[in-house]
Amino acid sequence: MDIIISSVSQGFLWSIMAIGVYLTYRILDVADLTAEASFPLGAAISASQIVSGTSPLIATIMGLGGGLLAGLVSGLLHTKLKIPALLAGILTMTGLYSVNLRIMGQANVSLLGKKTVMRLFNDLGMTNQIATLIVGVIASLIVILFLFLFFRTAIGLAIHATGDNNAMSEANGINTDNMKIIGYMISNGLIALSGALMAQSNGYADISMGIGTIVIGLASVIISEVLFKDVSFVKRLCLIILGSIIYRFIISFVLYLGVAPTDLKLFSAIILTICLSSPLIKNKLNRKKK
Amino acid sequence: MKKKMLSSLVGLAAVGLLVGCGNKSAETDSSVQRIGILQYMEHKSLDKAREGFIAELKDEGYEDGKNIKIDSLNSQGDQANLKSMSEKLVKEKSDVILTIATPAAISVATETTDIPIIFTAVTDAVSAGLVDSNEKPGKNITGTSDMVPIDKQTNLLLSIVPDAKTIGIIYNSSEENSVIQAKLAKEAIEKKGVKVKESTVTSTNDVQQVMTALAGEVDGVYIPTDNTLANTMETVGEIARNKKLPIVTGSAEDVKVGALATYGLDYEKLGRQTGKLAVKILKGEAKPADLAVDTPTDLDLVVNEDMAKALGIDPSTIK
Repeated sequence: MDIIISSVSQGFLWSIMAIGVYLTYRILDVADLTAEASFPLGAAISASQIVSGTSPLIATIMGLGGGLLAGLVSGLLHTKLKIPALLAGILTMTGLYSVNLRIMGQANVSLLGKKTVMRLFNDLGMTNQIATLIVGVIASLIVILFLFLFFRTAIGLAIHATGDNNAMSEANGINTDNMKIIGYMISNGLIALSGALMAQSNGYADISMGIGTIVIGLASVIISEVLFKDVSFVKRLCLIILGSIIYRFIISFVLYLGVAPTDLKLFSAIILTICLSSPLIKNKLNRKKK
Repeated sequence: MKKKMLSSLVGLAAVGLLVGCGNKSAETDSSVQRIGILQYMEHKSLDKAREGFIAELKDEGYEDGKNIKIDSLNSQGDQANLKSMSEKLVKEKSDVILTIATPAAISVATETTDIPIIFTAVTDAVSAGLVDSNEKPGKNITGTSDMVPIDKQTNLLLSIVPDAKTIGIIYNSSEENSVIQAKLAKEAIEKKGVKVKESTVTSTNDVQQVMTALAGEVDGVYIPTDNTLANTMETVGEIARNKKLPIVTGSAEDVKVGALATYGLDYEKLGRQTGKLAVKILKGEAKPADLAVDTPTDLDLVVNEDMAKALGIDPSTIK
């Protein structure tokens, strides 16, 4: 039971990051590595703001704002300077490393005993885990509601169209550069928001916390796609939450199996490979039956 | 579609069942005390601290599998795993949790305010918010600091190169412990009227270039206990050998590989000191809130004789 609560509570927080990754990866059809730096950027901004006494809610929103700016930079590099998406992301990511260190002033900012968003719920007598769960559910629902409404607006539809068919959209008078930039911004804003919340749940922001986030994000997206193909946009977002929870569950499961610490990464990789290759295997089995 | 949903649900349930069973069999009688260990990353010094801790418990009559059960986890530097592992140790109702290195300590401290936590290899527990003060921690957490006497080390370096005009300090600017130590070292050296040139790296890739540039401009180098530099100490040592440059490091391990000398702390002994704190808590003799944070007691002068000869220094003159 514990393992499920743990996976679910963390899954919700990570899912916000995964949804951000999904927006660039699937909607805009670009692989954006900015995530690896916008995640710790959100953490760095919110943690240093909380330490200096800003209210946790405002600090979290400031973290999100930092992500929007990071996305703006990558977007501009990609669209205006015509730098390939992969490289644009790497450039922003590299630069942000120094920025993150500057913001934090050190490599690790502790939030022990500080007023965090989770703490507001802790004070009501909840454990950190339950507080994380509640914050995660509220935050991810707000995010999905926002995206649902946003992608029905003219701009949202234009972003969708840009990702689907760039040339056609341009021909129809859509400023595809601007659409991409907005997409980058929302994506990285969400990733930074996830980082900001994660730091408050973990109790610290760390300069190296971004490493591997893109893998976690993509894994969550792909697990959700493996389980359920072709669903509507909002359902997809909800399913990414499920994918994110399942990913955390897999990792927790590996931990609970009691594998040797040195083998942990190998086990995680093997189990993930099994998950990711399952559609192929299923297809082959189905064909044999026929 | 439905079939798929069903099969994945069944899969999940099966996994859940397995885990459930696993947990049950792990629950043993209450006379066995549970010790959780959470280590931040794989690292020689940190490993030694853990080994020392376990050895000390054993000497005090607490042996794994007999009257205690040790659950040792290592997050491999992965922040997401650190969180899951902290939750695991807390949920399994450990009687004492040992945390090795600052991120691990903060992570567990965020999860529980009841279970006693002991930390080791934390340089500054007060600034990390772990304890109210080193003398009176005040919460459910105490432990041992690995802060080395930096002024003693820099004095050693200055005694090796008494005519030095400039001393270099090289470290990774993204390692918090290194930044703290570099600042202290700079103050100590400048107090003696010697100039300091600081160089920083961000990854092991930078070390060769940065160190070569630094070596040309200074008369000696101080390196704090820094993970990145520790991992590239052979490269650093090679450059020092060529440039006839003495290096004093924060850790004794680094001296064996490529530095000249230090007053080093022995992480295994530090682990044993940490174990002593844990024993007091296991026996119910003390609470973490009242146990002062311990600092390293034994410091050994470590000299790399091979390096000394290469630099043309008589090892016996270093002290």
